[in-house]
Amino acid sequence: MLKLPENFETYADARKAGFLRMKELKEQGTRIVGIYCSFVPYELILAAGAVAVPLCATSEEPISAAEADLPRNLCPLIKASYGFALTDTCPYFYFSDFIVGETTCDGKKKMFELMNDLKETYVMQLPARRDEAALDAWELEIKRFWKKLEDFYGITITEDDVRKAIEIKNRERDVMLDYLNLGKLNPAPLSGYEMGTRLDSLGFTPDIEQRCDVIEARTKEVLKDWEENYKGKTSSRPRILVTGCPNSGVREKTIKAIELLGADVVAFDCCNGTREKIEKVDTGLPVTRALAKKYLNINCSVMSPNQSRMDYISEMIDDYQVDGVLEIILQSCHTYAIEAHNVKKTVMAKGIPYLEIETDYSQADSGQINTRLEAFLETIQK
Amino acid sequence: MAKYFVGIDIGSTASKTVVMDEDGVVEAFTMPTGWNGRETAEAIYEKLKEKGYGEDFVCVATGYGRICVDYAARIVTEITCHGKGGWKLFHDQDEAQNAFTIVDVGGQDTKIIKVENGLVTDFLMNDKCAAGTGKFIEVMATRLGASLGEMYEMAKRGEALSISAMCTVFAESEVISHIGSGKKREDIAAGVIDSVASRVGNLCKRHGIIGKVKLTGGLCDSPYFLEVLSEKIGCEVGSHPMGRYAGAMGAALTAKK
Repeated sequence: MLKLPENFETYADARKAGFLRMKELKEQGTRIVGIYCSFVPYELILAAGAVAVPLCATSEEPISAAEADLPRNLCPLIKASYGFALTDTCPYFYFSDFIVGETTCDGKKKMFELMNDLKETYVMQLPARRDEAALDAWELEIKRFWKKLEDFYGITITEDDVRKAIEIKNRERDVMLDYLNLGKLNPAPLSGYEMGTRLDSLGFTPDIEQRCDVIEARTKEVLKDWEENYKGKTSSRPRILVTGCPNSGVREKTIKAIELLGADVVAFDCCNGTREKIEKVDTGLPVTRALAKKYLNINCSVMSPNQSRMDYISEMIDDYQVDGVLEIILQSCHTYAIEAHNVKKTVMAKGIPYLEIETDYSQADSGQINTRLEAFLETIQK
Repeated sequence: MAKYFVGIDIGSTASKTVVMDEDGVVEAFTMPTGWNGRETAEAIYEKLKEKGYGEDFVCVATGYGRICVDYAARIVTEITCHGKGGWKLFHDQDEAQNAFTIVDVGGQDTKIIKVENGLVTDFLMNDKCAAGTGKFIEVMATRLGASLGEMYEMAKRGEALSISAMCTVFAESEVISHIGSGKKREDIAAGVIDSVASRVGNLCKRHGIIGKVKLTGGLCDSPYFLEVLSEKIGCEVGSHPMGRYAGAMGAALTAKK
């Protein structure tokens, strides 16, 4: 049912394979910076000659350990991030020289204070608005982070270094977008489960060139397969847009489940989807301004107000010919849970069915989730 | 085409069966689900045979135990079935109405289902929490040493005490402290019904209401619960004598199709 390529690597496989690579890099003296969120200006880390690694945050195992220090009713992503660090079970955390956090939501902001006792955690102060004052403040934070990297490693990062990094990251965004845009094809040429898994797993490949090569090859392969086998055919499988919280930790019981029930997940408005990739860093602006502008425009629900996310979802529904929108909310994620009200209004105004699933990293609710997803598809198929 | 169309709704507490023929409903019965859904499904089959519907039928199963019905030709979720069955019941009652909000208060979950022109357009399901379900009333009735019927009777005469806990387990301890402090059973019973109706009412308001509001599921047989719920939602909540069979009826209608 769920068509996956033969050599498909699961997220867990990729995460594991990445350990050894990271260990080698560390032994060679490579600089390693641990990150959690797409708001962190990756280009500066690249310009510092460092590798940015995504830290573990998507599984249930370390949560009970984390609850010794953190409240229970906190989002599972924050608890898992901290739990992995606390129990020293994330090799990427272990190999990182220091951690970069950001003040996206209150839970993360305060958790980072505790994390700092485990390993140096540098926190960037992200404003929640998008106006000139916010942009100025955020640009200052970018400059501060630039200086932090220079001081920490005892190096000088030139503007030229940053410009080169911007070019590399912009190209990567284009390559990833081409891959995600495959979802616009009708019938869908590949599963959303594959798309999400691949993009998440890529974080464990430190070489950006290599990442681009892998994805470009896959895009070409899928396109060829589609031209030969799918083009011109029709499919009765409903086309689903997934939006909301980071979904890596719940992908099996939501995205994979809905695809097994007979739908195609074709579009992702989330951190590991197109959200961070649609806007490139403007190479015509002074570098820090350009970086500030790009990152401040990410449509995360921590931004207030966040009309641009509604506009984007609306646009995606048309571009990807979406039949239904599935919003995934992690328990106790207040910003997404509240903003879901606006998302639902936006989606329903377009006459498209909408379903919100609130869940955490446990497996306890997979039965109930399945019932909801099944019923949701029944409403779409009519 | 088969002669009979059987819809079976295996709920967490009760299992409902509806048999239809070309012209309409010919039989409806309820059984306790017990602990083994498969045995319940077998018992239903025996009963169908006994009543003469055992041959030449097509069956669709729904409800949380729907996969236990081996002889079902199809399984469909309770959301779709409640929507379909509810539409049939309430639209037949009131043909001018083209939209209903069906509230199903079940044993383990509460569903709010919007049905427009016979199709489910949106739904909300509250589970993982017994507060706001029939289970809560059942647990509290046991605590007060009353049957469900007596519970409603007492509640009618009582003055609702506040029960504020968000969780059934904690709410039960609130009830225990009410008992301990010598509060009247009637007032506690009224508090229990009030708290369930409040939860369900809030869920409705949060989800939004279209058309007329109708209650299905086990609680719809209680005029008192309907009255309290109407008050909480702020509009009249209607029901139907066959309301508890809405899911099974939707399944039977699906079998017919």
